[in-house]
Amino acid sequence: MLSYLANPLRFMRFSRLAVPICFGLGAVMIGWSLYNGLLVVPPDERQGGDLMRAMFTHVPSAWLCMGLYAALAAASFVWYIWRHELADVAARAIAPIGAGYTALCFITGSIWGQKGWGSGWHNLILGDSRLMSVLVLFFLFLGYIALRAALETRQKAARAAAILAMVGIVNVPIIKVSVDMWQTTTIHQPSSVLSIGAPEPQADDEGMNPVYLQQLLWGFGGHTLFAAAMILMLMRSEVYTQQADRHLALKLEGS
Amino acid sequence: MNPSPLFSAFRSSLSEAWASGAGVLLPLGFFAGTAALVPFTLGSEAELLSRVGPGILWLALALSSMVTLERVFQADLQDGALDLWLQDAGSISLIAAIKTLTHWLVSGFPLVLLTPLIGFMLGVPPEKMVPAMLGYGLGGLVFFLWGGVAAALSASVARAGLLIALIALPLYVPALIFGVQMVDAGLGSPSFLFLCACTLFALGVAPAAMGAALRLAAE
Repeated sequence: MLSYLANPLRFMRFSRLAVPICFGLGAVMIGWSLYNGLLVVPPDERQGGDLMRAMFTHVPSAWLCMGLYAALAAASFVWYIWRHELADVAARAIAPIGAGYTALCFITGSIWGQKGWGSGWHNLILGDSRLMSVLVLFFLFLGYIALRAALETRQKAARAAAILAMVGIVNVPIIKVSVDMWQTTTIHQPSSVLSIGAPEPQADDEGMNPVYLQQLLWGFGGHTLFAAAMILMLMRSEVYTQQADRHLALKLEGS
Repeated sequence: MNPSPLFSAFRSSLSEAWASGAGVLLPLGFFAGTAALVPFTLGSEAELLSRVGPGILWLALALSSMVTLERVFQADLQDGALDLWLQDAGSISLIAAIKTLTHWLVSGFPLVLLTPLIGFMLGVPPEKMVPAMLGYGLGGLVFFLWGGVAAALSASVARAGLLIALIALPLYVPALIFGVQMVDAGLGSPSFLFLCACTLFALGVAPAAMGAALRLAAE
């Protein structure tokens, strides 16, 4: 599948169809999970009452931002080893989408936990290890984007950014472990009754668990498709830009 | 392999550190200045200062390690030394490692030596001083290695200071966390072992990344 799409012509033909389909399906699935999550399912008082409805955006975006960083590193690796142009185009397109989902995860997480911990929002953001590791991930994405923007030629930017993404991904597990260890000894917030990120509430919520999980999965599928559509669209525009550059160069040359 | 490029890299970075005005004193001044300003911002109660002191010093160390990073590889790129080193195939990672270690020796190690003085000022308990010094030494090495990767990646960028900070800061997080923990927990604690592991990991990965980045910068 991937090697089939590695040909830019085939990729353009595939993505012309895939973008609207992913957009449509993704929007419908996100809408369905939001409708159910915001209006239909009962609030869970122990998870923060109505605030826990932020979960239906928060958890899918948390999964996605980590997945997107891994995808960024994988695309960078493929480009660095095989120098396949489309892999670099993909890495370049993934970065802003990943940064956006990281920010979304961070914002919804801090809204959700605001009531759960009841100790002011600063404790919540700076005191929770999971949100802190998302913040670090956000800086990794920002560094990648900034480095790409700073280097003058496309080739140089691609190489430097690929090295950075690979250095980043080997560090992500260490950062994650260290931030988790930091939280257990912090004076701010001992491990909380809320387990952000875990789809299932406590066991004595008879029958509620599948309702939440179902909406989460709808949301996850929807956001994944939506992110894929946005990435494919950015990739298409990049391919077009490169083609336009080539045409311009040929024209200036006079042929 | 001919070792002479390694020696020349060592010598040139030593002389660069002293040649460029008071460049070598800049991180020291930053470190000492931060620590001296802390009582003004947090108040001068001895109990509070001795509790936050080691953490403040870690913060000062992380920030002061960035002060001179921008110049580490840029000078070599500009005066052509990098091109000469690249002709000696295969040694660029080693040279990058040597340069980073020299950089640490010049502007990281003095911070370790300064620690007892500033720690005394902030009222850090004497029994924590030795773990703190060891921690700052190892942690500083981690900071300089990852910072060196950031510096090498942005070697061809003019005024790259903010970019280097943005790239390096997330990579500083593990050493910072384990470092702060090990000052409290002592030399026998898992945090100390984790800090050592971070240092070894950075020693293993960062030179290769720096080498690749410098090869790119020279083109």
